Amino acid sequence: MRRTGNWLAHTVLILGALLFVLPIWLAFCAATLDPAAIDRGELSLIPRLGHLGSFWGVLAHGGPGVPPVWRMLVVSFGMALAIAVGKIVISILSAFAVVFFRFPLRRAAFWAIFVTLMLPVEVRIIPTYAVMGDLHMIDTFPGLAVPLIASATATLLFRQTFAAIPDELVEAARMDGAGPLRFLKDILIPVSAANLAALFVILFVYGWNQYLWPLVVATSPSLDTIVIGIVKMIGIDTSTEWNKVMATAVIALIPPVVVVVSMQRWFVRGLTEGEK
Amino acid sequence: MATLVIEKLSKNFGPIEVLRDIDLELASGEMLVIVGASGCGKSTLLRLVAGLEEPTRGRIILDGRDVTPLDPSVRDIAMVFQNYALYPHMSVFDNMAYGLRIRGLAKPEIQRRVQEAATLLGLEPLLARKPRQLSGGQRQRVAMGRAIVREPKLFLFDEPLSNLDAKLRVSMRAEIRRLQRRLGVTSLYVTHDQVEAMTLGDRLLVMHRGVPVQLATPMEVFDRPADAYVAGFIGTPAMNLLDATLTAGGTAARLAGGALLPFADGRRPGEEGKNIIVGIRPEHVRIEAGGMPLAIDLVEPLGSETVLLGRLADETMLSVKVHGAWAGGERTEIVIPSASLHVFEGKSGLRLDPAR
Repeated sequence: MRRTGNWLAHTVLILGALLFVLPIWLAFCAATLDPAAIDRGELSLIPRLGHLGSFWGVLAHGGPGVPPVWRMLVVSFGMALAIAVGKIVISILSAFAVVFFRFPLRRAAFWAIFVTLMLPVEVRIIPTYAVMGDLHMIDTFPGLAVPLIASATATLLFRQTFAAIPDELVEAARMDGAGPLRFLKDILIPVSAANLAALFVILFVYGWNQYLWPLVVATSPSLDTIVIGIVKMIGIDTSTEWNKVMATAVIALIPPVVVVVSMQRWFVRGLTEGEK
Repeated sequence: MATLVIEKLSKNFGPIEVLRDIDLELASGEMLVIVGASGCGKSTLLRLVAGLEEPTRGRIILDGRDVTPLDPSVRDIAMVFQNYALYPHMSVFDNMAYGLRIRGLAKPEIQRRVQEAATLLGLEPLLARKPRQLSGGQRQRVAMGRAIVREPKLFLFDEPLSNLDAKLRVSMRAEIRRLQRRLGVTSLYVTHDQVEAMTLGDRLLVMHRGVPVQLATPMEVFDRPADAYVAGFIGTPAMNLLDATLTAGGTAARLAGGALLPFADGRRPGEEGKNIIVGIRPEHVRIEAGGMPLAIDLVEPLGSETVLLGRLADETMLSVKVHGAWAGGERTEIVIPSASLHVFEGKSGLRLDPAR
């Protein structure tokens, strides 16, 4: 009985994994094919290992109308990192204020943060663009990241984490003579390291996948993110070199995967070691 | 070594008065145990002394210095919390050293103090471990170590043993007492456990509803409880408290059931028929043929002794503690010796001593 259950579970898991891996494998294979072959719809599940050069080609030289892929990777990485770090810094500070300090309009402040959950970038894109214009940040790197940094989600998450910290721990730190900033640095951040790592991964991937805002705010090719680049490579009038598009798409996958895999070790350990 | 003086200390949470006019004086090196049921304000009193709460009125004077307006960190007070409150991400060493580092002590001095405390508490092999790798008793020791290394003028203990299992609690209790004697640090210890209170304190402060009811040595509290509440709170099983009236001349109590209990130590003031409460500890009730009939509802064997829970003829509950096992049946006869009687006023519950 138990054995059959195990087999069943494994079959489902393997099928699920295949289902998710298949499109990526297909993209990988397509990257090694002739552009013409893809246009004819002759997709193959067997890569032509002799033609892996297309990866190197896009990485170093880019494609029609876009800068080299390595440049776009740098822009994307910078943007995702700035968004993730920025969001974490701001939301730790705001959650710290909301949870541990009694100040006038504390509730109002919290609800104001909460309401922004209902106003994602897509909804406020025109006013945000106007504000960025007034700040002369259109078509600049800060312009890419800053409007995406304000974050209610992360603040709410940290608020929950901080609220779960026992009062006695806070009081023990007070008796030990730790001031607010010291408490934040020495106790609060290390204690919530697990949540911090998990949140970083989620926010990095969120930043990496941004499309609409970079499309609107940045026009110069030097600020093209990898996501924008892929779309630009799919020509509307000209014929599309699909093998290059696929190669770029596969390369674009790698950094977020690396971040997830390397941080996973951290936050899994953090979660299992975490003790309240 | 320092004295602690508390003057007219009061605390309100909004309209609710939690503590009223607490006056207290601790000699240098004394261990005072504050005991009471939950919600009596004992923890609030401790937190006021620690500086974690601000008093509504009153002053706290430590070693001659008024610390009432001071921040907890500069009061020179260390506190041991109920659930240890260790920093989960720091090693045992760092947990103890953290407060010293913040105070800017030199590294060798920190090393020396932590090492000394670790030796004293038997924590040396555990210094590199994280709190989660320790047992409850070890965590409690680390929490005490963290207080000791500070070399404070005053220790505060907030129910430090209530999270431990019964056996460990007994051994840690003895350890705390030895340690406190040895270090000679003035201490305030809060607990709801009356056995802990009796065994640990040089003196006890029994609190009830935000008001101190009795401040005395443990044996005095046990022998001469200041009121019916203290009488029922200190001692296990609890003292029997029976409703009665005063007889003419104040020479005896008449129980609700009609039985007459003469006072051995003298007449109580008051007119005939005045409502009083007579208290008798279960271990003082004697099983004796020819006494009052007692119907036994429940027999609780405790090993060396047995507690009988029964009813007098008028359905008044009465518990009796006898030595050894109980071989008697469901009915017996008891005598309440007048020498062991405690007499309290019916209305106020205050102890009623013989008129001089």
